[in-house]
Amino acid sequence: MLAEQTLHEKVTVSSEDTVRVPPFSLTLSGHGLKLSRARTHTLQVNVGFLCNQTCRHCHLNAGPARKENMESGIVDEVVSYVRRSQFETIDITGGAPELNPNISRLIQETSPLASRLMLRSNLSALNDGNRDHLFELLKSYRVIIVASFPSLNELQTDSQRGDGIFKISIDALKKLNAIGYGHKGSGPGLNLVSNPTGAFLPPAQVEAEKRFRQVLKDKWGIVFNHLFNFANVPLGRYRQWLIKSGNYEKYMAKLSSGFNPCSVQGVMCRTMVSVSWDGYLYDCDFNLARGLFMGGRKIHVSEMSGPPEPDSHIATADHCYTCTAGSGFT
Amino acid sequence: METYYKPEDLRKFEEIGKEVPELAQKFFEYYSAVFAQGELTEREKALIALAVAHAVQCPYCIDAYTQACLEKGSNLAEMTEAIHVVTAIRGGASLVHGIQMRNITEKLSM
Repeated sequence: MLAEQTLHEKVTVSSEDTVRVPPFSLTLSGHGLKLSRARTHTLQVNVGFLCNQTCRHCHLNAGPARKENMESGIVDEVVSYVRRSQFETIDITGGAPELNPNISRLIQETSPLASRLMLRSNLSALNDGNRDHLFELLKSYRVIIVASFPSLNELQTDSQRGDGIFKISIDALKKLNAIGYGHKGSGPGLNLVSNPTGAFLPPAQVEAEKRFRQVLKDKWGIVFNHLFNFANVPLGRYRQWLIKSGNYEKYMAKLSSGFNPCSVQGVMCRTMVSVSWDGYLYDCDFNLARGLFMGGRKIHVSEMSGPPEPDSHIATADHCYTCTAGSGFT
Repeated sequence: METYYKPEDLRKFEEIGKEVPELAQKFFEYYSAVFAQGELTEREKALIALAVAHAVQCPYCIDAYTQACLEKGSNLAEMTEAIHVVTAIRGGASLVHGIQMRNITEKLSM
């Protein structure tokens, strides 16, 4: 009994029952699985935690008061790394990447070095009235925009992302459509990302995309290419909200009981490496939020001669249950 | 405080099959088939289930289908409208029987 208790994280819920969430590494080994890298073809660049929003589900605690912002010297190191590594995809994220003073240069210098360049946008930073030049830059470099859009309901969206954000997002999507984004078969790509606005898992992606497509078109004349549904990761502000609202134990139990061994092969950390605002490498943005360095070792981008090797170890922790619940998170 | 309803009992639903497993199996297979996507989407069925849960006032179903509706992409506005549908039907069902009352009154009255 004592050995079993030491192996498991005992989580007490508000009932007489006790929910046990086993360590993620134990769940993997219990299924005879090992999480290691395949060929790394994507570099995710987190330019910092500065953001104009303080979304309640943010795994990074990003916000207007954060000072961590990628400086010019680190941008140089990142571009140099991309040059010697031949990544297929560069995925720029934050915080709000639009608020980084080096964002235009990062786009211009990495675009010729990869076949796909993505920028993750909360839409309000892009649409704050000061960044018309960025709209044109994104379009001219055919940057794929991955825009946060949690719900078709204004109240749900604003409860997660802040008052007025739904209307600002609709306006931004219309502007992006007007300059050519999101039209099937032409123009640069516009993808939407929906995270649940609470302590529940997302709906099935195919049905959700169908519904989003119909409602956005019918109500606002907005088109987009793809919708991706992602569960919220129990880190940062979201974790704090889960605990404060009394939802943490049940949410962790839901994630861990939904572990799908078939999803492990497709998780994004197997083919992606993340570089932080100060140039250190992580297996994914969630490990970055947790402070878990790539493969468990602190390595700076300037030390890397190329992408991480296939079969190399991936650092894991209990938040990894998010990416392996149900159909997974790719 | 003692209560007849305990939320954790919802997780024990399948125990109802312990003494008569073959009937429970038939029921749960039917149940899964009912809620699978058909002509109606899973979201639409979850909203219907939520409405019915309020009509029969089953706290287990209200718990389960509130969560299901959110997980299928619904929201508070849709779910509240669904409850109003219940109210309209239940209220309407009482009210329409008033025609029977009126018919009998008419027969008995001068």
